Amino acid sequence: MEWLVEEILAKYNYWISIVLMLIGFYAMIAKNNLMKKLIGLNIFQTAIILFFISLSDVSIGGWGGGVTEPIVKGTLPWAAAGHVAEEGVVYANPLPHVLMLTAIVVLAATTAVALALVIRIHEEYGTIEEDEVIEKEREHGV
Amino acid sequence: MIIPIDLLALFFLVVIALAAITVRDLLAAIVLLSAYSFVIAAVWVEMHAVDVGFTEAAVGAGATTAFMIAALARMKREEKR
Repeated sequence: MEWLVEEILAKYNYWISIVLMLIGFYAMIAKNNLMKKLIGLNIFQTAIILFFISLSDVSIGGWGGGVTEPIVKGTLPWAAAGHVAEEGVVYANPLPHVLMLTAIVVLAATTAVALALVIRIHEEYGTIEEDEVIEKEREHGV
Repeated sequence: MIIPIDLLALFFLVVIALAAITVRDLLAAIVLLSAYSFVIAAVWVEMHAVDVGFTEAAVGAGATTAFMIAALARMKREEKR
């Protein structure tokens, strides 16, 4: 039983990432204001990025301290071969970093497109509250 | 990963996220989202992902906030009750 509690506490990064993900999910579904939904979308995606970056940080997985940034000092021809480039130097896995770099840019582009749609909805209906938009659609029989 | 800094920053993240989706003033919500982005950028630098950290600080906290405030300037600032 004790090892289970220890395992759960040692990986608290993942638990907090799930908490943040559900906060964003709640805002996307339950909030009425379109701007609030967008804020929820942002929080949701950052939580997923937090999960991936936690995967790349090997100090969570039991390597302990002494983990460094994935920057290789000097020119090492065998640097690309494995996790340990210099003797005794362990660094964070750079592959999730690169993937999440793309995800951040995609998030910014998605938010920009969504904001353009929100502005267009505001021009058409004069409101950004979801229920009022649906009500006006019913009135005009769209 | 430095555990005390990590725990403190993640606690602040949850608090700021809850505040950002609860507050009624939309401009305040956007500024809170910007603060959220800065705290999470600090978390990534501390988790040895420096490239992700400075990209988030520039794109997430800078550009996205500017987009959102520019969009909000065209509509009502208060959320309906």
